[in-house]
Formats: sequence, structure tokens, C-alpha cells
Amino acid sequence: MAKLKEVSKKKDILSPGHRLCAGCGASIAVRQILSACDDPVVVASATGCLEVATTIYPYTSWRSSFIHNAFENAAATISGVEAMYQSLKKQGKIDKEIKFIAFGGDGGTYDIGLQSLSGALERGHDFVYVCYDNEAYMNTGIQRSSATPRGVWTTTSPCGEVIPGKTQYRKDLTGVVAAHKIPYVAQASIWRWSDLIDKAHKAFYTKGPAFLNVLAPCPRGWRFPSEDTIKMSKLSVQTNFWPLYEVENGKWKLNYKPKERKPVTEWMKSQGRYKNALRPENKWLVEEIQKDVDDNWKRLLELCGEK
Amino acid sequence: MTKKNLVAITGNDAAAYAIKQINPDVMAAYPITPQTDLVQTFSEYVADGLVNTEFVTVESEHSAMSACVGAAAAGGRVMTATSANGLALMFEIVYIAASNKLPIVMPVVNRALSGPINIHCDHSDSMAARDAGWIQIYSESAQEAYDNIIQAIKIAENMKVRLPVMVMYDGFITSHGIEVVDFLDDKVVNEFIGDYKPNHPLLDTEKPLTYGPLDLYDFYFEHKRQQAEDIKNSKPVILDVAREFKNISGREYKLFESYKLEDAETAIVALSSTAGTAKAVVDELRDEGKKVGLLKPRVFRPFPYNELAEALSHLKAVAILDRSDSFGAFGGPVFTEIRSAMVEYGKMPENINIIYGLGGRDINQQDLKNIYGQLGEIVETGKVGDRIQYYGVRE
Repeated sequence: MAKLKEVSKKKDILSPGHRLCAGCGASIAVRQILSACDDPVVVASATGCLEVATTIYPYTSWRSSFIHNAFENAAATISGVEAMYQSLKKQGKIDKEIKFIAFGGDGGTYDIGLQSLSGALERGHDFVYVCYDNEAYMNTGIQRSSATPRGVWTTTSPCGEVIPGKTQYRKDLTGVVAAHKIPYVAQASIWRWSDLIDKAHKAFYTKGPAFLNVLAPCPRGWRFPSEDTIKMSKLSVQTNFWPLYEVENGKWKLNYKPKERKPVTEWMKSQGRYKNALRPENKWLVEEIQKDVDDNWKRLLELCGEK
Repeated sequence: MTKKNLVAITGNDAAAYAIKQINPDVMAAYPITPQTDLVQTFSEYVADGLVNTEFVTVESEHSAMSACVGAAAAGGRVMTATSANGLALMFEIVYIAASNKLPIVMPVVNRALSGPINIHCDHSDSMAARDAGWIQIYSESAQEAYDNIIQAIKIAENMKVRLPVMVMYDGFITSHGIEVVDFLDDKVVNEFIGDYKPNHPLLDTEKPLTYGPLDLYDFYFEHKRQQAEDIKNSKPVILDVAREFKNISGREYKLFESYKLEDAETAIVALSSTAGTAKAVVDELRDEGKKVGLLKPRVFRPFPYNELAEALSHLKAVAILDRSDSFGAFGGPVFTEIRSAMVEYGKMPENINIIYGLGGRDINQQDLKNIYGQLGEIVETGKVGDRIQYYGVRE
């Protein structure tokens, strides 16, 4: 298990001074994950908040090798980097151990980059893919993605006279990735930092593709004060809205079970993006959202062999 | 110079053989008609352990070029190949490859770009990519495709260039037609291209570097200006490489080929396989005493505007053939560029633009004879008629 004392001694690969917002969940996730790597690492990033805020020419926040190619192709790009590494290693032109990791937001992963990710997973490259899921296209100004939860306000799922925010449930990306039967898949949160770092370590040191889906609270897009990021992360887990689990070589394992599950309204009430959904006339919507959370949790317990 | 090693082979198999001899560290490719046989044949080389290449069998052309960018930035020799819609799908990353100065080499087997969907030859695919920042080299035959692919590696990787190169040859006509090709020995090819020299590789983790940063109005323009300079500077390198290639092969390459052009009064300008047909027509008409010639552009990017205009300047009339259209423009892309070059040069023979062969519509010797005939009439009467013509289409 990751120990805070040891983790804190490591030099951050993502250096301070980047231009991500105060309270950004993505940078916390990135720092926790990269702290789990004991070897040199090559980082790839999809276009998105993380990339634009850390590489504004002529500056870079990356102390490691870093490549940004485009929006939808972080997985294909890192697969090319890894393929070159494997080729040169086989030819005896390089011998040191190097790890490969790609970061994408939910837009770059659930939506536009899903094909690229699926291809790279199927081909079996030895790399880690991390989705920092902030549940909308935050970089372009809070547009809905297939990771945006139901009932949420975004600029392209506004709450109007007829439609109360996003009408669809989010895509189960972690399940989609698990269906690729890659060696390691996990869902994690920055609140349970030691769970996340352990999972990242497993992901780095599992041969073949590994995938982490990490909820990255976004103060701007979710409408909460920037000092509450970890609180949001905590609530997402305690309400079973974002359960923590892993699928290791096909075996599903639950990593955290709240003693008493909090109602989803606790999670919703803390964020301005749910304001409209919480109006008295939308009670039916809240009930449906709660039912969806409960159903998903039940299904997960079954998959994990829990009661 | 080496002994002849003649093989009857298709253009695609000749290209695959060139790639086998080049033995790239990474090849990331997706099959598409008419390029498919190239990828299939190369897959067999991989399966038989005849290459060191890590062959990345991607799920799309977009990922093919994306993986190529990652692999080339990682630091090694990288290739791919495509056609038409495949090139269109990778378009976004084609630009990124060039702006990152990654020396990727890509055969493009020319095919009509949809829609409507069509699998046969025209040049609408590579012409659409002419502003992407890649060096573009067109090939008349399987032999030229083979030779150009090998030269492309040495051009792309030259430290004064470090740019990606597209090598074009005509879909089906060249890709599937069987020709006699003279292959070089593996050893000769290896010595010619030399070892790959990495330049700021990602895999040098001791010297971390950021590829692909956000580049806004304070620096973007300067970077694009440098890119313009880089591709311009590739011209002498392309000629140097051609000279070196002549030493190992006996085959001569320049920026373009002039065929019986020096004393010609009229000429056709045509890319790729059509130029082969035109040579036969020139020979026939010469036998009849007609002073006709041919100019076959080889390097379209960088565009050798001064040299081309000079080579055409003594003519009385020239027909510039385009196997693609630039809808709404004043003629096809080859025409607009050459006409502009002739204006700049200050001596412009009378000229017409023939847009032909779209979607694989055949062009035969009689067609080209008709075009030479039309040029003869222009010279005789001084009347041009329609300057932009669609040839061989029902209207």
C-alpha cells in the first residue's frame, strides 16, 4: 500500500506553475498516478485541459518526455511510441526500462477517442491509459459528453422550458474497457489516494494494456467552490455514484464499500450543475437517478461476488 | 553500379519490397484499395521474420498516422501507406506530422476521393494534401515507385530537411499492373539509406522534451514560417539524393523529366502513368515529323516553379493535364501552379488545362494524340478556345 511519507518524497513529473484552475481534479489525479511509477516514463496527452494548461509554448510543465498529438488519438499515439520502444529493444538498440502512459479527458476518451483507445487495447500494447473524467468538455466551456450524468446542466444540455438538462445516463466506459479483456482495469478516485496510487502502480507494472478511469471533479464545470474538490470526490464514492473497483485478469473486485450509502441527493446538492434537477417539480428525475445508481451498484456487487 | 536484378512484379509488390529493404523500425498501416496488396505483402515479410519492423496493425488510417507520429517522435524510422479516403481520414495528423518535422515516408497509391465512392485512379487524394507540408513525389511506373520510396527515406531523414515524404503512384494502373522492375541488392539499399539518426527522441528520457505544445499567436506564425523555409530547402537535397541514387542504380532522377522537349513546339505536362502513355504518343508523332514533347513533373512539393517554367518557355503551346479538379478554381492544381510559374518567369506559351481521367476514366494514346492535335491547331490559328477543358466526359 502506498505510504504518504514515501510518495511525498518523490519529485513531481508534472511540475508546479502550470495553468490548470485552482481545485482542478485532473492535476491531482495525474500527480498521484505518476508518483506510482519507479521508472522513466513517456507521457502522452489528448488535447484538453491538461494539455493546453501544461504546455503553452515556450513553456512546459512536464519533467518527463511528453507528446501531444491531437484530440482523439492519445492511445494511438502512445501505441506508436511504445511500438518504437519494443522495436528498438528487440534490435538491441535500447535496453533501459521505460513506461508509457496516456491521459485523456472524458471527451477524448468516452467520445472522440474511443476508437483509438479500443484499437490500442486490442493490439495489446504495454501501456497505461488514464481517463481523467470531469464529466463534460470542460476545456471548450462545459459541453455535454457521453460521460455527463443524467440531469446535469451543461452549455449543450441546458435546462430549458421543456428539457431539464442532460436526458441520458452516462456511458459505462470502465465496463466497455473491461469487455476488451485487457489485464488490468480500474475505477478510482483522488479522495482514496492510496487506492489510486496502488492501482496506478499495478497498471504500470502489469504487462500489456491497463486502464484507469478516475473521476476528476471540476469546480468550474460542476459549479462548486474550488476548495471542495476532494469533498466532491469523497461524496461521489460515498453515494455509490462513482464506485471504486478493479478488474484484474477478468476478476472483478470491489475496493470500497461505504458503511452506509448516502443518498445521491447529497452528491447532487453540493453542485450547481444539478440545481435544476433538484427543483420540487423534478422529484421524479431525482428518483430515477437514485434508482440508476442503486441498480448499477447492485450489478457491480454481483460482478464482484459481494452480497 | 550493380548488376541487373530484373523481376516481373506489380507496383504494390515493388513498393512492399522497397519497404522490406528499408526495414523500418515501425510500420503502422491500415489496408485500403488499391494500396491493400502492399500491406498484405509486407505482412508476409513480418510473418516470415524477414524484417525487424514492429508492424502496428491499427484500426484506422487516423490511428495509422497517429501511431506514426508517436513512433517517429520516439526516435526511429517509420513508414505507412494509404490511398484516397484513408489519406482523407488521416488528414488532421498528416499536417501534425509535418509540423513536428517527423521524417515519415508514406506511399500514396492514388485513388479518387469519395464521393461518390470509387476505387480507381485519379489524383484528388494527394492533391488535397498538397498544402500539408509534406514533400510530394510522383512516380510514373513500378520502377519509379520503388526508386522514389528508397530515395524518400534519405530525403526525409536528411538533417537539413527532416520532413515527411509522400510517394505517389497510380492506383491499379501502376499498383496492380505487372512491370519489369530492377531491384537493388539489400546491401546497396542499406548503405544508401544508412542508419537512422534520431533527433530529439522521446525515448531519450534523460533529455525530456515536450512535443506538440499549444502554440498561440505569439509563436505559431514564426513556426509556420520556418516550415515554409524547411520544405523550400529540401530541393537541393532531393537533387543530391537523386545524384547519389544514379551512382548505385544507373537511373536518373531530377525534379521533373523532360521527354523530347528541348526542340518541341508543343508539349503535354502530365503526372505519373499518363506520362508513360504520352511518351509512346510523342514517339509516334515524332515519326510523323511533328515537334512534340512531354514534361512529367516528379517533385510537386516543393514545387520547382522556376525550373518548370524555364523548361516550358520555348514552346508555342502547352496542354497541362490534371487528373483532379479544384472545384470552383481557375483550373486544376497542376495547371494553376504551372501557369502562375510561367507568368512569374515572364515567358508564357499559349496554354490549356485538360482535366481528365477522374475516377479511373481511361486515357489512351488516341486521346493524347487528340490533345497534341488541339495544340497544333492553337499554334496554327492562334485561337485557344476553352482554356479549361474536361476531356473524355459525357456532357
